[in-house]
This record gives sequence, C-alpha cells and structure tokens, in this order.
Amino acid sequence: MQLNKLKTEVGVPQVTPQLPFSRASVATRSVPLHHNTRGELQRESRWRTGGSWLAANPKVAIGLGIVGFFLLVAILGPLIIQQDPTALSSAVLQPPSSAHWLGTTQTGQDVFAQVVVGTRTSLLLGLGTGLMATIVSVIVGLIAGYCGGLIDDVLSLFINIFLVVPAIPLAIIMAAYFPFRGPLPIAIIVTITGWAWGARVLRAQTLSLRRREFVEAARASGETTLRIIFAEILPNEIAVVAAGLVGTMIYAILAQVGLEFLGLGDVTTVSWGTIFYWAQNNEALLLGAWWWFLAPGLCVALLGAGLAFINFGIDELANPRLRKERRAKKPSQAKKAVA
Amino acid sequence: MRHLLRRIGFYLVALWASITLNFLIPRLVPGNPAQVLIARLQGRIDPRAEHAMEIAFGISHDSLWRQYFEYLGNLAHGNLGISVTYFPTPVATVIGQDLPWTLALMGTAVVLSFVGGTLLGIIVAWRRGSRLDALLTPALTFLSAIPYFWLALVMLYVLGFVLNWFPLSGGYDLSTEPGWTPAFLLSAFQHALLPAFTIVISSIAGWLLGMRNAMMTTLSEDYVLMAQAKGLSQRRVMLAYAARNAILPNITGFALSLGFIVGGALLTEIVFSYPGIGFALLQAVQNSDYALLQGIFLIIAVAVLGANFLADLIYVALDPRVRQERS
Repeated sequence: MQLNKLKTEVGVPQVTPQLPFSRASVATRSVPLHHNTRGELQRESRWRTGGSWLAANPKVAIGLGIVGFFLLVAILGPLIIQQDPTALSSAVLQPPSSAHWLGTTQTGQDVFAQVVVGTRTSLLLGLGTGLMATIVSVIVGLIAGYCGGLIDDVLSLFINIFLVVPAIPLAIIMAAYFPFRGPLPIAIIVTITGWAWGARVLRAQTLSLRRREFVEAARASGETTLRIIFAEILPNEIAVVAAGLVGTMIYAILAQVGLEFLGLGDVTTVSWGTIFYWAQNNEALLLGAWWWFLAPGLCVALLGAGLAFINFGIDELANPRLRKERRAKKPSQAKKAVA
Repeated sequence: MRHLLRRIGFYLVALWASITLNFLIPRLVPGNPAQVLIARLQGRIDPRAEHAMEIAFGISHDSLWRQYFEYLGNLAHGNLGISVTYFPTPVATVIGQDLPWTLALMGTAVVLSFVGGTLLGIIVAWRRGSRLDALLTPALTFLSAIPYFWLALVMLYVLGFVLNWFPLSGGYDLSTEPGWTPAFLLSAFQHALLPAFTIVISSIAGWLLGMRNAMMTTLSEDYVLMAQAKGLSQRRVMLAYAARNAILPNITGFALSLGFIVGGALLTEIVFSYPGIGFALLQAVQNSDYALLQGIFLIIAVAVLGANFLADLIYVALDPRVRQERS
C-alpha cells in the first residue's frame, strides 16, 4: 500500500494530458510578448509577467523557496559544517542541546551535521535520478507516440509492463542482487522503475499532437523524424515534461530514502536514508531517541511538499482552467485511459 | 469480448515478463545462494556437501536456456526453492505462513480506508466550501504527503513508546499460543491496531480527494439539477445520483489496491516488525536469502497483475461507455 502510495499519491505526477493546447496557446498564455513602438519584442515582459505570476501563485513561491533552501544547504552545508559528520565522540545519545542542535547518535555522532551533510547526497541523487528517468520517458514516450505502428506497439507494451510490475518490490530485488552498494545502483534502479508513468503521459500527448498542422508542415518541408520529434513536438509538451520531472523527482527521493532505510544503499555514506537505517538498526525508538529520526523525516517531507507545490504551479501554468477552479481530477480513470 | 481477450493477452505477457525478470536478475550477477549459505556456515565444507547443496538449491551449471525451462517447470509445480533464512524450510511454506498476517492486516486497513475516504469524499464534495471541506481536505492531504515509514515511526514512538497505548512490535503476544483462542485473537487484534491505523491515516486522503474531485464533476451535471428540481431528498440526490456516477474511478482504484494488499505492507511490517510478507522480505534481503526474495516478488507480482485484471473487468462491467469505445 505505502509503496503503491509512493507512486499514486505523491510520486507520480497527477497530470492528465490536457489535450487542446497547441504551441500558440501555450506561448501566449505563459509569456505574453508585447511589441514596443519599434516593433521589437520586449524581453522584460517575460520577467514582469513571470514575477507577477509568482506573486499570484503563493504555492509555487513557497515550493521554489523550499527547494531553493535545500539546494543552498546541499551546496553550502558541507562547507559550513567543519566537523566530520561520522566522527565519534563520548557524548552518546544526547538530546538536542546548544552543543548538538539535533542531539547525538548512539556512537556520539552529531545528528545535525549528518543531516546537513547528508542533504547533498540525498538531493543530488533524488534530483539527478528524477532527471535520468524523465529523459528516458521523454525518449520512449515521444518516439512511441510519433512513430505509431509496430514501434508504438512494442514500446507501449514495455511501458505498460513496467507500470504493472510492482515498482518497489522490483527495486528491492534489484538492489539486493546488485554486486555493489552505493548511490549509482540506486540511481539506476530508481530510473528503471520510475520512467514508465511519464512515458505514458507523453505518449498520449504526442498522439494528439502528431497530426497538427505545424507537424505536417515540418514533415512537408523535409525535416528529419528526430528533428520533428525533439525540436517541433517536444517544446509543445514542455509543461507536461516539467510536471513529470518534478513528480519523478519526488518518487526518486522517496524511493531512494526507502531503499537506504532498508540498508540497500551504501550504509557508510552519510545521507538522509542511511541516518534512518542506523537509527532503526540501533533501535533509536526503544531508546527514546526521537531526535535521531525526526529531522531527516521532516527534511524528506518538506522537500516532497516543496516539489509538489511547484508541480501544482506547473499544472496551472499549462492549463488555465485550473487557475480559478480546482480541476476535477480522476486519477484512476486517467490511469486506465491508455492501458 | 475482443477487448477482454486483448487484456488477458497483455496480462499473460506481463506475467511472463515478471517471471523472466525474476529468473534473470539473480543470474546476471556473480555468486549464488549455495555460496551464501556456505559463507554463512563459516565452516570448511567438503566439495561433495557443496555439490549436494547446489542440487538442493537448484543451482546448475547448465546453459541459461536449460536453467530457464527448469525454473519454469519448478514454478509450475509450486516449487520456489529453499529458504536460507529458515533453512531448510521451502520458500512456499514460509510464504504460506506469512501471507495470512499480511492479508488480515492490510485487508482490514485498505477496506476501512476505502470506505471511510469515499464516504468523507462524498460529504466533503456535497458541502464544498464549508468549514469541513476547508479543514479536512488540506489536513488529510498534508498527512498523506509525509513519507509513510516516518509517520509510522513517529506514531509508534508517541503512541506506543511514550504513551504506551499500543504494543511496540510483533504480531501477537509471545506468551500466548497461536491458535483460535480468545487470548491469542485479542492480542493479535491489539498488535494490528496501530499498524492498521497508520495505513488508514496515510492512505485515506487519496480516496477522499479522488471521490471529491469526481463528485465535483457529476454535481455540475444536468441530471443532478433535474433530480433536485424534482424535489428528491438531498440524501437521495447525493448518493443515488451524484455519488453513484462519481464512484467509478474509486472502485477501480480499490481493485488495484487489492493487489498491493499482498506486497504493499512492506514498510508497515518492517517498522512494526509485523510477521508478514514485508517483514519476510526484509529478512530475505538482510540474509541474502535469494530464493525467498524471488518467491515473495513473484507472489506480489501475481497479486498485482490479478488485481489489475480485476480492475479492468470491473471497469468494463460498470461503465458501458468503455465497452462501446473499445469495440
């Protein structure tokens, strides 16, 4: 259930393909371009509308703020924390104090230092894996949707199989068998289990775009298939891709923390997931050491919420119907639509 | 009918893909279960014993194709190999022991969550804009955004450790003898309460939001207005007109989640040390018990595929539009 939950409630972008939006409508809607007196496009207008749009969308502003904060911590954190996060000390299992802001572990390691230093690994791995999975889903989804025929049949079969095979158990099996542990296997495994959803959404979207006039025009003017797919069609789906990217990042972060919690990561590196692993292994709970798992959990929840907020904003940007009224989402129906 | 056959075909292919993945993943990496066990025994073991063990674990040095067909043959006979963790118990027996725990815990929790969430969704949509809607919807959404295992850990700490309302781990009190005795059932119930509660808390928002959003669409339909104009009672319009037409996505969602009842409780069982499939999976991972790992994955995959197929069937049965579109 929980693992399913990772996918359906948090992880997978809830973007039903918003069919009737063409390149023109996206362009005018998101970035109204104004001509000045000399007929030149005014560049600043993009920023002005961007700024006011942000102000009108507190959700996105909050989301960007949260993610930006974590990015800063990831970049600067290890520079500011001078001590070694794995250094042992005699201050064992101390509750939060002025010396140890988030208390210490059973071996006297400083939890605050671990959380700050671990941010870099967790964030990098989560965002990077999300990006990798999205690239795979863009390539597969667009090629399947544009080419049709046998190629579509084969790729769709792959997409549907990976959607149906339970992701987290499969990830656990693969991680358990991998000859070595560490960030790279986790990135590969999460990519393998996380690309299919985005690919299906993009395939559906591409199907609706491939007969549009601008595509026909590109074909008539002799552009290559790859150019049509990635230079003509892809820019029109950029909102869907972005929503998919953010959603996949959420899934990647949760899956990565979950796998590391199970001890399937490299337990010697410092990251949010491995903090959980050591806390659980040393029975932090039974020792009453709540501080040990409180902070990393809050970080994961906050980061997930921040990314989700950004996703709401992208949805609204791509689909003006959402801006005033809440969209009527039908998750399960959407899930069934192509299967 | 043609549509149904296509779906059956797809699920057969997906099942074959899962089985093949299950077969291939362990063979793509070096090492085998017998070596793991030998390493675990830590003793000097003579080559004949090693050979016997390899036979017991079904490890052969045949070609991959031959191994593949042997594997399929073993599967057809329900032979999933021998567990290393519970040596020499067969994997099928281990799974058979753990499955009832998972089914009972997850079954109850998922049904409670589905019924509660759907009913709340109907009410919240009917009174949209009310204080109930404004409070309940975001609050439950927030709860569902928290990583599950962390929510479970915090609840276990607060409700189990600090307040001591619930037992901290296990599926039953070890002083009671498993069996159909009142003492055992009572202790099993006590141990299941908190895990079930955490599952309901973290999953109820999904049902609520799904139902609420689908209701929003049907509530703006003409037939709902018509029903109200006819002077039907509020409850009848709400349940028999609006909710009845909006519940379809939730019902298919429910059918899908039945598949995750088998394997989805991984994190619940790990956090609460609950003696089900998920806990067995963790044990298998920690002990490099590959046969058990594969057996569990297979059971989960079959359950999920079956549930997907069930969802397809329900969809076709309940929504005539689907039948027409696809024929």
